[in-house]
Amino acid sequence: MTTKLIGEKVPRVEDERLLRGQGQYADDLMPGALETAVLRSPHAHARIVDIDVSGVLDVAGIHAVYTYDDLTGPMAEPLPLLIPHPTLTHGRTQYALAKETVRYVGEAIAFVVAEDRYLAEDAVSRIEVAYEVLPPVVGIDAARAAEHLVHDDVPGNLAARMEQRVGDAESAIAAAPHRLGLDLHVERSAAMPMEGRAVVARWDTDAHRLQVWTSTQTSTGVRAAVAAKLGLDLAQVDVMTPDVGGGFGVKIVHPWPEELLVPLAARALGRPVRFTEDRREHFISSAHERGQDQHVEVGFDDDGRVLGLAVRFWHDNGAYTPYGLIVPIITSTQLLGPYKPGAYSVVFDSLYTNTVIVTPYRGAGRPQGVYAMERTMDAIAKHLGKDRAEVRAVNFIQPDEFPYDHGLIFQDGRPLIYDSGDYPGLLAKLKRLIDWDDFETFRAACAAEGRRVGIGLACYVEGTGVGPYEGAHIGVETSGKVKVAIGLTSQGQGHQTALAQIVADELGVRFEDVEVVAGDTRRMPYAVGTFASRAAVMSGSAVALTARMVRAKALRLAAEALEADVDDLEIVDGVVRVKGSPSSRIELGTVAVLSNPLRYAFDEASQAATQFTVGDPGKPPVAEDDEPGLEGRDFYSPERSTFAAGMHAAVIEIDEDTCEITILRYAVVHDCGTLINPMIVEGQIHGGVAQGVGGALYERMEYDESGQLLNASFMDFLMPYVTEVPDGIELDHLETPSPLNPHGIKGAGEAGVIPAAALFAAAIEDAERIPIRSMPISPSELFELRRRHTDPTTSEEPPR
Amino acid sequence: MTSPRSRLALRLSVNGTAYDVEVEARRLLSDVLRHDLRLTGTHVGCEHGVCGACTVLLDGRPARACLLLAASAQGAEITTVEGLANADGSLGPVQRAFKECHGLQCGFCTPGFLTTIAAGLRENPNPTREEAKEMVSGNLCRCTGYQNIVASVLRAAELGMTEPGPEPGTGPGPEPGAGA
Repeated sequence: MTTKLIGEKVPRVEDERLLRGQGQYADDLMPGALETAVLRSPHAHARIVDIDVSGVLDVAGIHAVYTYDDLTGPMAEPLPLLIPHPTLTHGRTQYALAKETVRYVGEAIAFVVAEDRYLAEDAVSRIEVAYEVLPPVVGIDAARAAEHLVHDDVPGNLAARMEQRVGDAESAIAAAPHRLGLDLHVERSAAMPMEGRAVVARWDTDAHRLQVWTSTQTSTGVRAAVAAKLGLDLAQVDVMTPDVGGGFGVKIVHPWPEELLVPLAARALGRPVRFTEDRREHFISSAHERGQDQHVEVGFDDDGRVLGLAVRFWHDNGAYTPYGLIVPIITSTQLLGPYKPGAYSVVFDSLYTNTVIVTPYRGAGRPQGVYAMERTMDAIAKHLGKDRAEVRAVNFIQPDEFPYDHGLIFQDGRPLIYDSGDYPGLLAKLKRLIDWDDFETFRAACAAEGRRVGIGLACYVEGTGVGPYEGAHIGVETSGKVKVAIGLTSQGQGHQTALAQIVADELGVRFEDVEVVAGDTRRMPYAVGTFASRAAVMSGSAVALTARMVRAKALRLAAEALEADVDDLEIVDGVVRVKGSPSSRIELGTVAVLSNPLRYAFDEASQAATQFTVGDPGKPPVAEDDEPGLEGRDFYSPERSTFAAGMHAAVIEIDEDTCEITILRYAVVHDCGTLINPMIVEGQIHGGVAQGVGGALYERMEYDESGQLLNASFMDFLMPYVTEVPDGIELDHLETPSPLNPHGIKGAGEAGVIPAAALFAAAIEDAERIPIRSMPISPSELFELRRRHTDPTTSEEPPR
Repeated sequence: MTSPRSRLALRLSVNGTAYDVEVEARRLLSDVLRHDLRLTGTHVGCEHGVCGACTVLLDGRPARACLLLAASAQGAEITTVEGLANADGSLGPVQRAFKECHGLQCGFCTPGFLTTIAAGLRENPNPTREEAKEMVSGNLCRCTGYQNIVASVLRAAELGMTEPGPEPGTGPGPEPGAGA
């Protein structure tokens, strides 16, 4: 096949087995493994006075029960603080099993290993814990007020206060012709993959090795953590990523307590052990994200150009900070979007509360930043009586201004420099797609029918492909099959398909002959993980570079074997041949044989190879600077991130009586550079849009004042079904390739979700002519807002 | 009297094959299918009957395996995702439609959609777009955003018109006697 595969909608290789129910998710593995259950804190804040496990130990079918007192060495120390930062002066992490204090409902206290989960849960219910209940801190207001502390040694519940400044925003605002202030609020939501967390481990007593399968976004991260905590050599631990039923960020956190306790028990008991959480556990012991309070001050001119922007926000990081300050740092920096404000200052407080930890969820702080910026743009437009798209256009970084240096430090510790983009081009496409300029005609027509409609748009820039690196190993077997290993992991993004497309194109082999394995530390032990929309950029570039390495070696060997010049050779469908003289050819598998000068012929392939001669009898069979095998390993490590961008627009209708919101139209224009597989990219955008709709209109974590999560189930935490998403998404692309990697790829994984809160707030505000500052918004909240807007004498509190 | 922990001998008919198992009375059908019969295609997403990932067919009608005691399923013809392929092992029309339309990403919710749609199309082989949406309105997916799932339902209907799928319960399954 000579058609180029990059850019093609190649059907996925993953689908055959997944559609047959032959996926292998963590809970599907290791039949006969012992099963486990966790005793979790029922209190948001309490001191553990006593734990009595005696009722458990007599129960048949129970193999072990662990509490903190059973943990020794590194296991008895707090879990790692994965991403330290100098500003994180008061970072805190929990213990694998609570030591003295529990700080959120759901925190792990005891771990039971049993014949099956039913018995394990029976045992958990027999553990008696005496608590001294302490006052909980719930919500940002309570954290700021600091009447009570989550951690006794963290004054003001302040984990960190970070400031970044470019220019003098405060003076610019004071001197500006116009000024506005906004108070904004975003509620907590969560990733909620359909598969929760699961881990299974087996200690090989013969080989003294630990094997761990875990539903993770970083097998190398889990490996390092497990080895460190269990006192094993890294070389003794293998971590394999099975099929993963969605991650969306929550599975980048590692090690979960269970990811340590399961291997610990497997080794101690000499039996495979598994932990599979149920949905309630996922709600109360995994991670959430999104909750922030924001205050924006902006100064602008008569055209709406932002002269100064000062942002102050308060970030709820939950009870601990294992992932450092990544989420609020991303908010601070990605808030700027496609714009170039004259001066910018951002200050945030990251605050502790007695709630589930807050770590990245698709968007990872960007949605909150975009919310602040886009609500500000809309407010400026309203103040000046200008078109909202025009105000944005006036503030855009222009196509000839790239690379654009914002003068800030991004989440990867590197300068925030946008590599390429065309924001005016994106806006023009979006306006055409959604018929922006004709909307007033549509609005008038609807009004004549008594229908209330509104339109909104929102823009974002997304830093993707963050480093430090990713790598790939490619080996061509004597059969001609090409085995590719990437270190990062897959949760449904189709890496095995998209990356095979790149390898097939780069190496000149058939797509069907390429097999990609992801997230297996045995195959590729150097990797970072899947997050920040980085896989296509990082692993895509790594496989491209590695494939080029292998191709070069193949051509060198083939040139010797065919007695031809390297420049006269091409590789087509796995055959190396002389251009224009196809009878002069050698199969790649045969080249693989020739690359490995063996004494013994194992199979037909090696016998067939004897008709060729390579190498000089006067020289060593394997040259000094060479290695046996037709394989290569290479890494892609960028100077900095690459910046994708997108703009969304939506037309909504709001019911006159019930305030129910219907999405009439939803348009996306998206620039992720070169598209490897457009079908996969569009699927990612569809999924992101659905999560955006969910976050804007339906999803929130309902914590009560005692820190109980009232809606810890799918019955009460409302996620979109097919009925809640737009009926069709109008999608268009623009490609400004990245100059930073071989194929010009930018990331796409998070794009769909990033602008949703801003977008729907804008559309609702446009329909209702009421300022919308707090998201998500439910029909009853909108109803109440409408009522207060028309009758300001009512004394009810604004919805929060 | 049967208590939750009594052991029961059950004969379950799954995808046309009879399995004999001995399990606690309280054991859920989802767990028996997955762990005792090793038919791991049925997935558990919430265990409270909302997400639909565990949907199997009982006598051709969708049911939440996470809300059924295995004992309650005795006597019914159970169809799981493993029973949806054709007799020759090729993908059935619903499965093929999902592949053509990119109707799955991580695949975790997919078996529940496939069984639901297989039953839905038997009842309504030529749904309108609205009917197609309603057919899957009780299943959650976090990856796809549903756009391609709706397309898959309509494509499956097209494919089903030209090549009827297997009778539920007669697709190829694992060898008989694979029970605990």
